[in-house]
Amino acid sequence: MLSVSNLHKTFNPGTVNEKIALNGVDLELKDGDFVTVIGSNGAGKSTLLNAIAGVWPVDEGSIEIDGDNITGLPDFKRAKYIGRVFQDPMMGTAADMWIEENLALATRRGQSRTLKTGITNKEREEYKELLKEFDLGLESRLTTKVGLLSGGQRQALTLLMATLIKPKVLLLDEHTAALDPKTAKKVLEVTEQIVNKYNLTTFMVTHNMRDAIAYGNRLIMMNEGEIVLDISGDEKKNLTVSDLMKKFEVATGTEIVNDDALLNSK
Amino acid sequence: MGYLLSLKLSALLNSLPGGLAQGLVWGVMALGLYLTYRVLGFSDLSVDGSLATGGAVSVMLISAGVSPLLSVVAAFIAGSIAGLVTGLLHTRLGIPDILAGILTQISLYSINLNILGKANQAINIRQVTLYITSNTIYLTRTIIIMILVCLLIVCLLYWFLGTELGSSIRATGCNGQMARAQGINTDTMKVLTLMLANALVAASGALLSQYQGYADINMGRGAIVIGLAAIIIGEVIGEALLNKHLNFFGRLVFVCLGAVIYYLVYVFVIWLKFPPDDMKLLTAIVVAVFLAVPYLRSKSVSSFARSGKLAKAKGEK
Repeated sequence: MLSVSNLHKTFNPGTVNEKIALNGVDLELKDGDFVTVIGSNGAGKSTLLNAIAGVWPVDEGSIEIDGDNITGLPDFKRAKYIGRVFQDPMMGTAADMWIEENLALATRRGQSRTLKTGITNKEREEYKELLKEFDLGLESRLTTKVGLLSGGQRQALTLLMATLIKPKVLLLDEHTAALDPKTAKKVLEVTEQIVNKYNLTTFMVTHNMRDAIAYGNRLIMMNEGEIVLDISGDEKKNLTVSDLMKKFEVATGTEIVNDDALLNSK
Repeated sequence: MGYLLSLKLSALLNSLPGGLAQGLVWGVMALGLYLTYRVLGFSDLSVDGSLATGGAVSVMLISAGVSPLLSVVAAFIAGSIAGLVTGLLHTRLGIPDILAGILTQISLYSINLNILGKANQAINIRQVTLYITSNTIYLTRTIIIMILVCLLIVCLLYWFLGTELGSSIRATGCNGQMARAQGINTDTMKVLTLMLANALVAASGALLSQYQGYADINMGRGAIVIGLAAIIIGEVIGEALLNKHLNFFGRLVFVCLGAVIYYLVYVFVIWLKFPPDDMKLLTAIVVAVFLAVPYLRSKSVSSFARSGKLAKAKGEK
């Protein structure tokens, strides 16, 4: 489904701030794969996600989705393949627009926008059903401005929007990192519910080792712009945090000293 | 006392209909500016130029025998080209919004002079029938036509912003990253909005030149401030009167009304013998005050000065 090969990206080349963010990444996701991505700050996990999303062009390498080479397409042209949820709950929705208007925008992802009405009555009914199904308490608030929702509600809504039209690949960029633990758990539950329902190919970046182990059928760990661990199948199912830390040491020859990684492993 | 006696109520009453008509003409301009300033969040200074462009195109075409209505259509198209230039400067060449608008505005000054041939051109009103005119005999007709024109534009904008395309424009203005993630080409949306906005501004300029009977190279100077005043006055009054019931349609109506109120106040202030030369200064002050009020109000609730005062007051106890 998603095929990434020999991806390179260097930020601020030729300056003192030069940073090799991706150093020849190869990754192959099968249809329905749910991969969780971990690594310390600056390891390149969000960079890889942004490269796939098309936030900026890569220096070298290619990205294919479902056989189409999308390396040369800007983000808005990749949108027909990709659903995205951002780390910042403010990022994924239009705050000044109603819930139903946001959903209607997402229903037209990948289509050209015409002078037809922006939202039909039939869609309104569908949205009501959909919101009811995910138990967010939003089904009676279709004409509420999204800016009035809580961070968790906005992330859940962004998730719905990202998957309203089934994406070939769903990209989740630490989408629970800005939420309190209880809300984060709820959003992760909704995430799993949606991913399973539509059998989505999913790429989830996370800071939290426990989440990385608990969700998905495959786990990759990045370090210095490269994939250093790739665990799937039964090995992934039986994985523990201490296993993961040991494996990381073996793979890179260094210990995990990042505070975040340690704190989040508890 | 002598001053008060010199103010004649009849003079004020006589000049109010003219203020109303002029306000409605500027209402069209304010609606155009609303698209860029409020919907897109783009401070577009090219409108000072495109308003005069609309006036110049209209006057020259009417003098050449073209019908006044068709001249407004031509002005609309000319304005959209001006908007296109600002849009391309911003999206294709990476020039910041305010600077892109200023570059277009200053180039339009030369272009407008070329269209007009000299600093101002009058319409020979003996040769053409104008439907929008300050001639007091036809003022009622002018006002009725302008009310219908404003209503038509409000309806069209309301419909347009509810379409798929219009929603995409609103999303672009609200959150560009979200819009792109939904497959919306935000650059195209910005250019489109700038074209439509400047087209409306130029059409307003065309109507204004017909109303006053001439086009002047300086007729657009400070237009953006008048447009902003109209938007802000309209919104403040609309929100005060209708509170939460102010829907989007009402908002657009009140933007038009804001321009009307501005011109009625203008007429009133002139009647009070305020020097006309100082009107732009007064307008700028009014806009600055209206823009500052929400900010200052939030400051009065929470500011370092307030926290410091409270801390000191506690310390004395």
